[in-house]
Parts: sequence; structure tokens; C-alpha cells
Amino acid sequence: MSRPEASPKSYARGREPEASVALALLATMRRDLLALLRRPGAAFNSLAFFALVITLFPIGISPDPELLATIAPGLLWVAALLAALLSLDGMFRDDFADGTLEQLLLAAQPLPLMALAKVAVHWLTTGLPLALMAPVLGVMLSLPPGSYAVLVLSLALGSATLSVIGAIGAALTVGLSRGGVLLSLLVLPLYVPVLIFGAGAVQAAIAGTSVAAHLALLGALLAVSLVFAPWAIAASLRISLNG
Amino acid sequence: MSLRLQARKLACERDGRWLFRDLDLEIRSGEILRVEGPNGSGKTTLLKILSGQLADYEGSIFWRDAPLRRVHRNFLASLLYLGHAPGVKAALTPLENLAWYQAMAGTGGTEAQRMSALEMVGLRGFEDLPAGQLSAGQQRRVALARLELTPRPLWVLDEPFTAIDREGVADLEARLAAHVRGGGSVVLTTHQALDIPVPMCRVRLGEGKGNVAS
Amino acid sequence: MWAFFHKLASPKGFYAFSARLSPWFWAAAAVLIGAGVVWGLAFAPADYQQGNSFRIIYVHVPAAFLAQSIFVAMALAGLVFMVWKIKLADMAATAMAPLGAGMTFVALLSGAVWGVPTWGTWWQWDARLTSMLILFFLYIGVIALRGAFDGRDSGSRAASVLTMVGVINIPIIKYSVEWWYTLHQPATFSITSRPAMPVEMWLPLLIMVLGFYSFFIAVTLTRTRSVILHRESAKRWVRELAGEDG
Repeated sequence: MSRPEASPKSYARGREPEASVALALLATMRRDLLALLRRPGAAFNSLAFFALVITLFPIGISPDPELLATIAPGLLWVAALLAALLSLDGMFRDDFADGTLEQLLLAAQPLPLMALAKVAVHWLTTGLPLALMAPVLGVMLSLPPGSYAVLVLSLALGSATLSVIGAIGAALTVGLSRGGVLLSLLVLPLYVPVLIFGAGAVQAAIAGTSVAAHLALLGALLAVSLVFAPWAIAASLRISLNG
Repeated sequence: MSLRLQARKLACERDGRWLFRDLDLEIRSGEILRVEGPNGSGKTTLLKILSGQLADYEGSIFWRDAPLRRVHRNFLASLLYLGHAPGVKAALTPLENLAWYQAMAGTGGTEAQRMSALEMVGLRGFEDLPAGQLSAGQQRRVALARLELTPRPLWVLDEPFTAIDREGVADLEARLAAHVRGGGSVVLTTHQALDIPVPMCRVRLGEGKGNVAS
Repeated sequence: MWAFFHKLASPKGFYAFSARLSPWFWAAAAVLIGAGVVWGLAFAPADYQQGNSFRIIYVHVPAAFLAQSIFVAMALAGLVFMVWKIKLADMAATAMAPLGAGMTFVALLSGAVWGVPTWGTWWQWDARLTSMLILFFLYIGVIALRGAFDGRDSGSRAASVLTMVGVINIPIIKYSVEWWYTLHQPATFSITSRPAMPVEMWLPLLIMVLGFYSFFIAVTLTRTRSVILHRESAKRWVRELAGEDG
């Protein structure tokens, strides 16, 4: 770790690339988590939004448990998806405003990887909590027993893809003053496959059929987006910052 | 290791308008290059091009006689850029902010180094306060502490004197002079009258064409 | 050879070249679509199941083809623009986007109209219609994103990235929507995936498809020309051109 203190003329040239990338990734994740911890409101908001939307449906449709049970998988998934979407806009916005995003782009580390660190923090602070909270709301919607584990698993897996793909939209709109609505317009069509396989997994669990195919496809979506999206996020960030 | 950043026949067009054309520049060790021009003349754009952030230009840039695009990673490891925004996260303390910059520079660094850097910019006693509670000038000083913390030969500074008080300006001038005397070099924009006893080149932008004057 | 392409890729060169090319495509589009409409609507035999209402296929299918092809073409143009920084490619993508959105809308509308005699409703969550609807949203997103940027160059680049992301997603969306559809409505039959069509039915369809493609090329050439004039309005050759014309 330690390095002799650099005298003004022996300029630090950075360390071995791999070590320095790992160090930078960890430092960035630590910094973002710390910043969120100091202001937990943002992460809490999307959870509250999730609960609120779920509350609206029985009021708007019917309190009939049987009806709710049939639509619960879809409702839970759509509401979680919207809650994740709501928090996307903030993924890069603070960093953009305070100039740290500009500095991130100037770092010698590869930007796609560094962007992925920020995506990971987003998932840890929104997608994962949403997935963990979903069973409680499932009970309120009379979600049939036996599908709860699949609900959590599909949401945890699917929301990671939502964060990765959503980051492209967030990066494209971070420089726009009113990017929020536009962001939903850009990102929601791309969310369709995740919704289909995610809600499908829960429905399959309720029907008692195999959920393996659904979960495998969700995993495949995550793998594909992890391969392609970081480059798109990096390119979008450069466009938003430097035109 | 001699430092040399060269730009030849640099031209930048934005949305159909030429910001500058046929701009030839050279910055070597021990030199300060000051970019001047009215608002909107492309000073920040030029600084972003010279710091490798903008790739949308015509002409060529060489870093240590190699094309910038080819040695980009190497170049970034020798560069310290301070932009319009200070690059300081409001939720974090100055110490935590600097720790991130150290990690990004590839060194873990020590708390003692960060403390001494903060002390040099006159922020002793503020190191554990969230940066959001500091004044604009103090936040700028946190950014300037990076000049001490991560030694890099080439500094590109966009309006570094913004929001800095008079003593701060004198301190920064002294630091720039020391950096240049130590073999470093600086590219900067400022509206401030500079009082630095080292060789200084000027580039004047505006009028659609950059004019170089020594 | 390269000099020719280089000249063609410059807005000025393309402007001159396309002036000679576009009338041919307009003529081809008019002849093919005219022939296809007459043949398809008047002479092709009626469908044994759907009667005459199947004839809407002669609009629906070509429009749906174009809707997808134009998005792919925009993505290719975006790639060329981002990699080789050829501004003409971006101008073409700008010119294509509204036509693509329009074609998607035509495909949706004709699908909905077709739904009335076939399903008895204006809208059915058919797999093809659903993915067409999502494609429509993708088009709107690209157009809106381009317009949202103050700087034209940034808007172009952002739209290019989004188009490329979209084109990777289109097959995934199509596949997943089809999977979803078969899970939920295995019984309903889809309007266009039908077995062997007799020659006298698909030949006019082929002519219509070719006609629509000619129309697309003609519109793109003409619209790209006007985008060129708009963007290069400060350049000398455009001013001279304007001077000549009065």
C-alpha cells in the first residue's frame, strides 16, 4: 500500500493498472455508499414509493383477495420497476453537478468499469432493498404462498439488469435540466423483456411450473447487459459532459 | 523526463461555428500558458481538448512527441485538471473527498498526507466537516489541496481563482510559481491579473482564430 | 474509387449526387405502389378465412417491414457517425427518424383496423402488435432525445448511442414478447404468421414491399438534402446555391 512520499519532482505515475483499478473501484463504491448513508432519504424514497403504488391498486381495483392474488405478480413487478426507474435520475446527477463526474472521466482507469461501480451502488441501494421488501407487499396483495422466494430472487436478479440498462438512460440525460420524464421514455421500452421474464417467473411459481427457464433468461439478460451496457454508459457520459 | 505538450493546426467547430482555427501551441517544462478571451470564445473547450477530454477537434496534439490519442492513459496519469465545478462531494468531509482522489490516482495514501495537504490550503480545523457546510471558496480550496496531494507534472486549471479570497490568490500564485520552477507546467484560464515571476505564454481566443503571443 | 466515396460522404457531394438519384426512386415508388395497390386490392383473390379484409396486409406488412428496417438503418448510420465521424450519416439518421416513426404508426393503425373484422376489437395484445408498439416508443425516445439537447452535435451523438442500444434490444424485445404471448394466449392466431400464401396473393405483396422501400429511399434522399441545406446554411456553397436560385 505504502509508497514513499513523493517529492515535488518525482511525480506519482500511478501503480500497476490492475491494482489501481481495484483500488479505484472500491474507493468509488465506498464513497458513493458513504454519501448515501449521510443522506438516506433518496434510497428510502423509492421504497416508500413502491409501498404507495401497491397500496393504490386494491383501492383502485378491488379489495377482493382472489382478484388481487391473480394480478399480484404483475403488480409487484411493475411497481418495483417504476420505483427503480424513479431513482435512476439521481444516479449521476449529483456527480455531474459537483464536478466529480468530470474528474471520474479524467481518471486513468477505464470508464466503463468505473461506471459499473456506480451502477453496483445503485442496485445495492435500490434494487436489492426493493426485492427484500417485496414479500411484505406480497402478503398485502394475498400473493399465494410458495412464490415468495421466487419473487425476491427474480426481483434481485431483474433489478440488477434494470440498473445496468437504466444507467445508459441516466447517463444520456444527466446533462439535461429536465431529464426525468425523458429518461422514463428512453428506458421503459428497454425494460420490457425484464418485466416479462421477472413477472413470468413469479406466475410460473404460483402455477407450480418450473421457474428455472425464467430465472435463467433473467440471468442471461443480466449477462448480456453487463457485456454491452458499460460501453454505452461510458460513451453516454462522455457525450453528456463534453458534447 | 522533459514535459512537452504540443498542438498543431488545432481547430474546433461547434454546431457549425468555428471556435478557433489554425492554433499552434507548445507547453514545456517550466512554462505557464495562459488562455485568454472573452466569454464564449472557447477557453474551456480548448482546455478540455488540451486535457484530452474532448476528441472532437481537427489538428493534432502531441504529448512527449507521441500523438495524444495513442498515449492517452499515460497522459492522464501526468495530468491534473481542475474544472469549473470544484469536484468536491457535499456529503463528504474534505478528508474523505481527498481520499477518493488519492485512490483514483492509484495510491492508497495516508491520512497524514491528506491532513498536511488540507493544512497547506488553510483548511485546518475543517477537515471533518461535510464539504456542503463549507463556503464556495473553501470548497475550491479542497480542490486545490489536490495540487499538493497528487503531484502531477501538468496542471490544467479552468478559472482556479474563482471564489478564492486575496490571501488564497497569493498562495495559489506562489504554488503555481513553485510548480513551474520545479519543472512542471501549467495551462490556465483566469480573469485575474496574475503576478507570477516565471515565463508566461498567452493565447488569445475569439475573432474565430487563435492568436499566439509570447 | 476512394475519392468517389470521399466526395459522396461530404454533404456537398451528396447533395449534388442525390439530386440525380432521387427522381428515379420517387418514380419507382409511384409505379410499384400504384401497381401493388391495384393488383392487391382489385385482382388478388380473397382470403378463404378472412374474406376481403385480409387485403389490409398490403399496407400492414410493408409498413411493418419498413418500421424495423428504418431503425436498423438509423443504427448503422449512427455507427458510421460515431466511428468515422461522417456527419452525413447523422444527417441521414435525422432524416429517417420521423419516417420510421410514421411507418410504425401506420403498421399499428392498420393492425388495429385489421383487428375489427378479425378479432372484433380495435386492439388485441397480439405479439407483433405489442412489439410494434414498443418499437414506436423507441422511435419517440430517439426523436425526443435528439431534440432535448441544446447543442446539435451532442444531440446527434446521444441519439446515435440510443439507436444502437435500441437495435441490440429489438430482437430481445421481440423474442420476449413472443414468449410472453404464447404463454398467455396460445389459442389465438396471429395475423401475419400464416402458412403458405398462393402466388397471386404474395406477388402483389412483394411489389408493395419493394414500392415501400423505394419510397423510403426517395424520402430519405429528399429529406437528407433539406437537412444538409439547413445545417450547412452558413457554408459558402449553400449560399451560392441560394443566390443562383434567386
